[in-house]
Amino acid sequence: MKELWSIFSKGILMENPIFVLALSLCPALAVTSSVTNALTMGLTVMFVITVNNMTISLIRNFVNPKVRLPVYIVSIATIVTVAQLVLQAYFPLLYKALGIYLALVVVFAIILARAEVFASKNNVIRSCCDGLGMGVGFAVAMVIIGAVREVFGSGTFLGYHVLPISYDAPLLLILPAGAFIVIGYLIGGARILVNRIEKSKA
Amino acid sequence: MEYLTLFISAVIVNNFVLTRFLGLCVFFGVSKNVNASFGMGMAVTAVMTISSILAWLVYNFVLLKFNLTFLTTVVFVLLIASTVQLLEMVIKKHVPTLYNMWGIYLMLIAVNCVVLGVPLLNVESNFTFAKSIVHAMGAGVGFGVAIVLMASLREKLRLADVPKALDGLGVAFILAGMLALSFLGFSGMISL
Repeated sequence: MKELWSIFSKGILMENPIFVLALSLCPALAVTSSVTNALTMGLTVMFVITVNNMTISLIRNFVNPKVRLPVYIVSIATIVTVAQLVLQAYFPLLYKALGIYLALVVVFAIILARAEVFASKNNVIRSCCDGLGMGVGFAVAMVIIGAVREVFGSGTFLGYHVLPISYDAPLLLILPAGAFIVIGYLIGGARILVNRIEKSKA
Repeated sequence: MEYLTLFISAVIVNNFVLTRFLGLCVFFGVSKNVNASFGMGMAVTAVMTISSILAWLVYNFVLLKFNLTFLTTVVFVLLIASTVQLLEMVIKKHVPTLYNMWGIYLMLIAVNCVVLGVPLLNVESNFTFAKSIVHAMGAGVGFGVAIVLMASLREKLRLADVPKALDGLGVAFILAGMLALSFLGFSGMISL
């Protein structure tokens, strides 16, 4: 049980997919101009990565290692298509807001990396924990970036005003350039935090 | 004229890296020196053009015809990954000098946001065959311009005294932000 928890929790901070591993950066910048979009994207990726990890783990003994990458890609693409169709059917507005980036979940490095590094060598339960942990880490990072950009860039959180109306929001944060700068500083912050934790353990 | 505006818009106004955030993994991974970035830019342009052509043909003559558009994502990913592998084999066999220079970059972009994103955008905006080729080439050149600029900035940055926590990736992001800010100056120059 304790081991499962450590597999799950490492994805949240110590090996956070965005801030520490710096994989799958495209969505982290593209859809984080509001918290709602960021959260939807985070949950979608969490779903895809968990289901894919479980699938790969289940079939890991039947797949010839020579053709494993095409198999992983087909598996990921199928799960992403399912997620796409569900979002399109039940949340058409969000589907539109995420646009092309939803289809691009297929090529997120983090999903393929977890399949290759973890799920192809571990059993289903451990792979599921790993996928969930990485997914939660990804979603949390997305929401943090989204929150910084939405609160300071337009004075709202999830669409509600949290800062006084008179707050003169800098447009920069909503623009692409602001996304790069915010993430740059957040990566720096995460690095300080990770270093502190490692020091206190040692 | 129409094609020229489409090309220029893809290169600078709607630069794929700096305003649409596609291909960032490669953008940050390879932009450590100018030569490698140049090779990467060339490889991306070539692969993107070829895969856009194939993707357009497959989409219009197979997927639309048999009403299979929900399979677009799956089909495009497989199409591009296999094209890249085939391209690598052909180049290795027939043009070994070219392979020695740029071959390693090909594998890096077999499964990549920008290479998949451009064919998807072409299909989404209902471009004609000629237009999708021009758009793909523009996107590739735009990627090349951005990554070479970034690499030359990062080469200079090596001499700078950066705070320890921001060293490496953090400062690279902030730098890309500044670059995106300067590209913002082009916005509104061309409206499509």
